Amino acid sequence: MPPETLPVVEKILSANDMIARENRDLLDGHRIMAVNVMASPGAGKTSLILHSIKALRGRLRVGVIEGDVAGHVDADRVAETGTPVVQINTGGGCHLDAPQVQRALKQLPLDSIDLLFIENVGNLICPTGFALGEHVNMMIANVPEGHDKPIKYPGMFAVVDAIVLNKIDLMPYLDFDLEAFRTAVRALNPGSPLFLVSCKTGDGIETWVEWLLTQSRQHRT
Amino acid sequence: MHELAVTQSILEIVLRHAERACARQILSINLVIGELTGFVDDSIQFYFDFLSKDTPARDAQLIFERISPRARCRECGLEYTPPDSRLWTCPGCGALGGEIIAGREFSVASIEIE
Repeated sequence: MPPETLPVVEKILSANDMIARENRDLLDGHRIMAVNVMASPGAGKTSLILHSIKALRGRLRVGVIEGDVAGHVDADRVAETGTPVVQINTGGGCHLDAPQVQRALKQLPLDSIDLLFIENVGNLICPTGFALGEHVNMMIANVPEGHDKPIKYPGMFAVVDAIVLNKIDLMPYLDFDLEAFRTAVRALNPGSPLFLVSCKTGDGIETWVEWLLTQSRQHRT
Repeated sequence: MHELAVTQSILEIVLRHAERACARQILSINLVIGELTGFVDDSIQFYFDFLSKDTPARDAQLIFERISPRARCRECGLEYTPPDSRLWTCPGCGALGGEIIAGREFSVASIEIE
């Protein structure tokens, strides 16, 4: 056979996308809204999840999937609240993928969960490429990392459905330019809400949680 | 770091297509990679050489077509290449930002087989 060119035109992540759709169907079957929580390391992903669990108590039943490179510190913190939680260790992997989430879902009591937080691995690039089956993509930016992050990581800021800016209690001590941050966020993503939050003081948590409740109500109807 | 998993996917895709076409050998693989995906060519090549050793894709050349990010202005519709590490502003009307229309590609376009 002489050399010939064979057109393929296949998305490399199509296998992941397919399993993500299966996850989504499973979640929909149990009327669960899944939120993919993305941020850089140390931005406050677990802290925001813990605050949200507390604020949602009696209003929504929460479950959590914790993605980390190693360890189970975050899952332990969540488990202390009595919330069902599964830890995924990626063993060096920089993001969660749909097969990992599929395995984790099998270990959760899906009939007693309304809202599932999937805490992704701390990273502002890789997680955006891998669908998990989530309904909402959100990210947490934070004041110490600086107001220029939307400019440096446009791929993340452009695709999320909500952005939380955490650690606003540190604003007086740092040179964070909130207006420059807002402008850069709006340039990439004019439609998604921006929540100013401090997981230290609890400021802004209620507004964020109200938004989640609205999303969840819309999801269930 | 995630290149290992995606390289496995690339290999799986090309082997499936090559087998269907009754190819003996895969000579080259044309990949399309958007700059916004963060995938590194050298890293994919490294894993590919390792993973493909005992397959008909052994020694296949990986050819990377990198796609630059493109944005479409939400005000005037002009399509432009956004600047790296600066605020995105439309060169036509000066409006802020834009919708990403290219730069997220990640696919196998074609393979050369014999």
